[in-house]
Amino acid sequence: MRIFDPHIHMTSRTTDDYRRMYDAGVRALVEPAFWLGQPRTSPGTFADYFDGLLGWEPYRAAQYGIRHHCAIALNPKEANDPRCRPVLDLLPRYLAKDGVVAVGEVGYDEMTPAEDEVFQAQLALAAEHGLPVLVHTPHRDKAAGTRRTLEVVKDSGLPPERVLVDHLNEMTAGMVADSGCWLGFSVYPDTKMDVHRMIALLRQYGTERILVNSAADWGHSDPLKTRAVGDAMLADGFTEADVEQVLWTNPVTFYGQSGRLDLADDAAPAADYAGNTIKRGVAP
Amino acid sequence: MIPPVRPRLTEDGTRWLDAAEAKVKADPGAVLALFPAAGRACGRGPLPETGWTVDLAVRATLLTALPLDGEALGELLFDLYTHGDTAERLGVLAGLDALDGRLGDAGLPIVRDALRTSDTRLIGAALGSYGAARLPAEAYRQAVLKCVFTGVPLDTVRGLDTRADRELARMMADFARERAAAGREVPADIWPVVERHPEVLAELTTELPSLSSGAL
Ligand SMILES: [Zn+2]
Repeated sequence: MRIFDPHIHMTSRTTDDYRRMYDAGVRALVEPAFWLGQPRTSPGTFADYFDGLLGWEPYRAAQYGIRHHCAIALNPKEANDPRCRPVLDLLPRYLAKDGVVAVGEVGYDEMTPAEDEVFQAQLALAAEHGLPVLVHTPHRDKAAGTRRTLEVVKDSGLPPERVLVDHLNEMTAGMVADSGCWLGFSVYPDTKMDVHRMIALLRQYGTERILVNSAADWGHSDPLKTRAVGDAMLADGFTEADVEQVLWTNPVTFYGQSGRLDLADDAAPAADYAGNTIKRGVAP
Repeated sequence: MIPPVRPRLTEDGTRWLDAAEAKVKADPGAVLALFPAAGRACGRGPLPETGWTVDLAVRATLLTALPLDGEALGELLFDLYTHGDTAERLGVLAGLDALDGRLGDAGLPIVRDALRTSDTRLIGAALGSYGAARLPAEAYRQAVLKCVFTGVPLDTVRGLDTRADRELARMMADFARERAAAGREVPADIWPVVERHPEVLAELTTELPSLSSGAL
């Protein structure tokens, strides 16, 4: 089983995790920029964080046979701190990097006016740089937050297929499916979404536009949840092809819209797919 | 020093590099936006028999077009390096050798930063002819030792002919003792350095005869 985790925060994980992920079939991942648990107070610490997502973390991942790409953004939680606002000025320089395959995580935490502004500014940056967007939906008041998210995305003029709306559940999946955006589900040990509910959602909405991630980070989470979903799909009667679509092809298709995905096995010249280098990967 | 890259470029790639060089000559600041795009514009494949890749050579070539020297050149290069991803950082390090005459010591902060990382690609790239010629003796020795310690092969490291002094041989010999005491393998790369100083070599092989047999 070949797995692409489209949302995981490896900066907070150990090399043991990388090893276990490889053993479970994970060969590629995207690490979106997010909150680190402890608030940051200046743009300089974001620059260092972004540099890590583009330098040290891909290097670490490569030692364990895993391709690492990232998404870059000012997250909604820290968008509320005026000291972090200058991070928006750093973004154009980072969004030009080869390893950046999306803008993210953007979206809402508490739906404040500051979050509105920062969300909209970053959707405009995504359009400017031709990048897809990974949108986080709030933990609290999720249905209202998701509804508002979809309105803002619509107003931005970005084509819905360039937008992945993440952390969905039974309450919010339907409206995202109707919008034409991609549906993201974060499968956690106890909260948000579990493996069995995930199977029911795949039965209901089909495998075409769904991405499953572990969203593992510094909190209680499990980087092998993607594999657990794959196993549960097979046990429930989904085909190997269905599993491949959800756990590999869909993330490749979504992030491949950046033209910057590099999944080639080695440095040799590789087949070029719309700017992406996908030798062993599936050209969708 | 920079292998000729134009023969390997497509028509589009050549046009991009020509235009990029012209822009950088007219306005050095233009390099900030061009530098990250080099791989996408020109490709990332290998340049046969050089150990270079296309994007690496394109980036280094682009730097030679900068109409700057001394501190001003050093500051712009440091900015490119420090905000660069790994490929861009390698591009800056690869350009230093060709810029040596214009840079003077102004590129040393870049070399020192690369040597402080734990990324073996950056560590190795920091010891091109620029870093090898300009690092003070203590820093050069520490850098070579770090290469051996982290597994960067010494055959790409410059300057050993002239700078591998007795103190470096002593450091290598101590490193071999440490590894031997831990029951771990002693990297073969220490020997060419130790052998340059027969008394250091003799002392080490007398002390640890098992080491010398396989290596000499
Ligand atoms: Zn996240």
